Amino acid sequence: MKTRDLAYIALFAAVIAVLGTIPAIPVGPVPITAQTLGVMLAGAVLGARRGFLAVLLFLVLVAVGLPLLSGGRGGLAPFVGTSAGYLYSWPVAAFVIGWLTERSWDRYNVLRGTLVNVVGGIVVIYAVGVPVLKAVAGLTWGQALTGGALPFIPGDLFKAFAAAAIADVVRRSYPVIERPRRTATTR
Amino acid sequence: MTLALYVPVASPVHRLPAGVKLLCLAALAVLLFARPTPAVAGAALVGTLVVGLGAARLPVAVLARQAWALRWFLLVLFVVHALTADVVSGAHTVLRLLTLVLAAAVVTATTRVSEMVRVVELLGAPLRLVGGRPERVGLLFAMALRFVPVLIERADRIRAAQAARGGAPRGLRALRTTVAPLLVQLLQMAHDVSEALDARGADDVPVRRPGGA
Repeated sequence: MKTRDLAYIALFAAVIAVLGTIPAIPVGPVPITAQTLGVMLAGAVLGARRGFLAVLLFLVLVAVGLPLLSGGRGGLAPFVGTSAGYLYSWPVAAFVIGWLTERSWDRYNVLRGTLVNVVGGIVVIYAVGVPVLKAVAGLTWGQALTGGALPFIPGDLFKAFAAAAIADVVRRSYPVIERPRRTATTR
Repeated sequence: MTLALYVPVASPVHRLPAGVKLLCLAALAVLLFARPTPAVAGAALVGTLVVGLGAARLPVAVLARQAWALRWFLLVLFVVHALTADVVSGAHTVLRLLTLVLAAAVVTATTRVSEMVRVVELLGAPLRLVGGRPERVGLLFAMALRFVPVLIERADRIRAAQAARGGAPRGLRALRTTVAPLLVQLLQMAHDVSEALDARGADDVPVRRPGGA
């Protein structure tokens, strides 16, 4: 990993932190925030490995005690609370989005990017977040889905589209992801 | 305003190694879910308050703020449980969640960011075996925190430039005309920073000590 990759990783951790200053919409146990837009962008712009590390770095910054989550939350409390599962799923989401983006790099467009972001940014995040919410809060599946998935779908669909539209412009003017090579890649 | 959530007090809890506090927190979480009875959760809450307010002498406001942020959710959770199960299970679930969140807040408030970073470096040490460089965590931290104000400043500059040309585009068009160019600028800046760092030797592989991996 080159210093340039470290700088990109740090940059996207900062992007996610700044998106946290946009006020969140409280809708029950888990707030709607702009930060998942940053998670999607990290994967869609940096690719799987660097996207994963950027989100992981952001979570480590939060865990060590910096109030970088939306609403000034931070420290270890969010990692054991109701939104814990969503946080744990973020690096995985960035990885999945990055992996799929790398594989559709030659044919990337806003529609394809939106689909990729929906898979990584909605399916993966809910698949981890909802069961953890169910366990932590002792809810039934129905209650966990009503409180922890349904209210987010419209916002998350918009964020998936927005991240793809941004990533599409970045791809054409300053591509960071390199086309996956047929042979083993070494960087 | 302080950036970190650390609350400086000279107390035995503050002096405990960060690793010990983190292990205690993990043990508490396991206990609360392995022995799910209201008595255990209640005792754990009292214990957490004794450690946080008594031993660590944290201001009540530090813990109250965490509980206050959860108030509506805890209330809804209690009502849902009371309606679908019973009042005892509602009280238990609320108690358990509150205890965990407060205990985590106590660890955060009594541990310096620098000590937490050392734990992170320690946890990352096994990465050395596969060619990772955990000592670069510090560099990553420094860059990420430095980029935050730079990012805000660049965003303001683009907004000002657009205002000077008759107003910034709003809505969906802003994604392509404002956000994407901002991101490109920032990626170029990150690239410049990395070249500057490399020119100052950031990419040098440290000399390995004999006997090292």
